[in-house]
Amino acid sequence: MAINWFKYSAPSTFYGLAGKLIPWFALPAAVLFVIGLYIGFFVAPTDAVQGEAYRIIFIHVPASILSMFLYLIMAGYAALGLIFNTRLSSMMATAIAPTGALFAFISLWTGALWGKPMWGAWWVWDARLTSELILLFLYFGFISLHASIDDPRRADRAAALLAVVGSVNVPIIYFSVKWWNTLHQGSTIKFTGTSMHVAMQQAMFITLVACWLYAIAVALTRVRSIILERERHTKWVADLAEVKA
Amino acid sequence: MNTLSVWQLLVLVVRRDLLLAMRRRADVFTTLIFFVMVVSLFPLGVGSEMELLRKMAPGVLWVAALLASMLSLGRLFSADYVDGTLEQMMLAPQSLSILVLGKMIAHWMVSGLPLVLIAPVLGIQFDLSAPAQGVLVLGLLLGTPVLSMIGGIGAALTLGLRGGGVLLSLLVLPLCIPVLIFGTGAVYAISAGLNGAMVSNLALLAAMLMFSLVLTPWVSAQALRISME
Repeated sequence: MAINWFKYSAPSTFYGLAGKLIPWFALPAAVLFVIGLYIGFFVAPTDAVQGEAYRIIFIHVPASILSMFLYLIMAGYAALGLIFNTRLSSMMATAIAPTGALFAFISLWTGALWGKPMWGAWWVWDARLTSELILLFLYFGFISLHASIDDPRRADRAAALLAVVGSVNVPIIYFSVKWWNTLHQGSTIKFTGTSMHVAMQQAMFITLVACWLYAIAVALTRVRSIILERERHTKWVADLAEVKA
Repeated sequence: MNTLSVWQLLVLVVRRDLLLAMRRRADVFTTLIFFVMVVSLFPLGVGSEMELLRKMAPGVLWVAALLASMLSLGRLFSADYVDGTLEQMMLAPQSLSILVLGKMIAHWMVSGLPLVLIAPVLGIQFDLSAPAQGVLVLGLLLGTPVLSMIGGIGAALTLGLRGGGVLLSLLVLPLCIPVLIFGTGAVYAISAGLNGAMVSNLALLAAMLMFSLVLTPWVSAQALRISME
């Protein structure tokens, strides 16, 4: 039997698939968040050096990891859309961007909250903080370029090109910031994870998975709205049960 | 008609754009005056202690150059876009990337080079030492073309959009951060007596220049095609 690999690359078929998939990601995300945060706050022991304040890593680390991965995934979808001219890829890129920006923001915010008790300052011009901030700027650039072009096809392709250029630039930015940091202020206090407790590792891993699932669920929900908005003139949208109702 | 070599084509585009710029000299001077003004505002804002100013000078000059080049980027394609020349350029059998490269070079000569030339005068205001001055100018010489070229991508993407100028800065400024870091880093290194670090910063700037020279004209050409279709 020949499998049609491209069946779900059409927005009309993917719309239904996404609708069926969302609960499978959203529910585990919610459950794992609860489990991960429970282990993080009640089971994991108090850190020898940092006391209770370290517990913010159960939010901070997954958010940072996701903010970076989501940019790459977004740029990947954008590149697919640009190369193969597939509408759905561009829609996925657009759907991922706000979630990525949100995680970058959470990462900065929790980083500031963590920095105050640890470093004694809300903000330190540390290499990682600075590159996270620049990443947030890159997300903003993508979103605002997309938003300011009225024609959706042109918006998709222009934003896609920007995302690809941005992803080429990300390593250059990262290393330049790193070198700038060493030139300017020597070493800041670094949290080198000397043999983390097992419960800490478990909690962090579980919240990381929960964040992944959350990101996928939200991106799928958002892409469904985008599909409906873009395809509102088509017959299949008019035939949908939820539209008729 | 089709016998123009790449080199001839490049020279032709650069000459044409320079000629057009010379017919409207006011535009060139506004960028330059903006640069001088922004730099002069800093001592008024932070005070006139020479020690502080000497420390800030490279950063202030570089940030001002970055802002000045953002201001002038809007003009890179807009005039040709409005009067239809750009459309003809895209229909032309010659490579659009080369045409775009020519426009970028001309744009740098009009808006970047004057900043490089006036930088020593501003450096004196900030009491920079002679070696630091030299490194600053060399860094600007290597870095400002990169700003014009990376900016060219943004200018092409935002062609004909409302609120294009602010949007353009939003897109391009984060991408220009490495140039700023290496450019100022070179001056800080020479001030601290670290010749090796100075050379490596300048070498990185030169590498970025080469990298942009190869890639940005082509990317900008693609962006123009997206914007014009």
